[in-house]
Amino acid sequence: MSLETPLHKVQGLGSAHSGVTHFWRERVTAAALVPLSAWFVVSVVRLVGASEAEVAGYFQRPWNALLMGLFVILTCVHMTLGLQVVIDDYVHGTGQRIVLILLNRAFAWIIGGISLIALLRLAVG
Amino acid sequence: MADNPQPPRPRPLSPHLTIYKWPITMATSITHRATGVALSAGMAFLAWWLVALASGPEMYQPFLTAAGSLLGQLVLFGFAWSLVYHFLNGIRHLAWDMGYGFAVPTANKSGVLVIALSVMIAIGIFVMAYAMLRHGVPVQ
Repeated sequence: MSLETPLHKVQGLGSAHSGVTHFWRERVTAAALVPLSAWFVVSVVRLVGASEAEVAGYFQRPWNALLMGLFVILTCVHMTLGLQVVIDDYVHGTGQRIVLILLNRAFAWIIGGISLIALLRLAVG
Repeated sequence: MADNPQPPRPRPLSPHLTIYKWPITMATSITHRATGVALSAGMAFLAWWLVALASGPEMYQPFLTAAGSLLGQLVLFGFAWSLVYHFLNGIRHLAWDMGYGFAVPTANKSGVLVIALSVMIAIGIFVMAYAMLRHGVPVQ
């Protein structure tokens, strides 16, 4: 016998109220990051030894700016989801957990925001 | 009432992590997590790179100096290997998520493959990077 209400059962969101959202987002960003991180590594290797102007020029090109922006955004989402699993697994105190999860979110927003603003400045600069 | 109260006998414990011989799948699993955490720190380094780049040559030079130092090179190699490992093992995880490669012998083999390939590709990346440094070509 289940104590779940029929509505709760059919919504399929479970006790965390978000269902498989976390799991699914982690996989979707992972799949998208396969080509993006390959592009990122190739780009970085090609830019080794290049002058500041050449590197800036590389990221001013629209396709490169777009790919780099996507790489930063998707990596930040994937990173924050992954780090949250680590926190969920190893940190047991509720207070500590909440603080760490908020810091984790803040880290992703700050790093992502800084990187995107820098990219934008490069693109319009 | 007992005259000689005995201290409670310690309860039996199931064997903990430290007692097992690590299967390859256990090592690849925890390494996936560790490289993921390391790469998160790497994102701060990436942000520094982009900010330095957007702030002009006088801000870019300190970044290049740090990245080119011995410590910087070691850290960058760590990031490179972590990224390649997380990339390859991540593909292994995605295959598992779709139901492929779960048999124990297959998972063991793919684990060895991921470790070997990650080291080779990471070294390959650095060999190419140093080659670029020596005969730099204009980038388009």
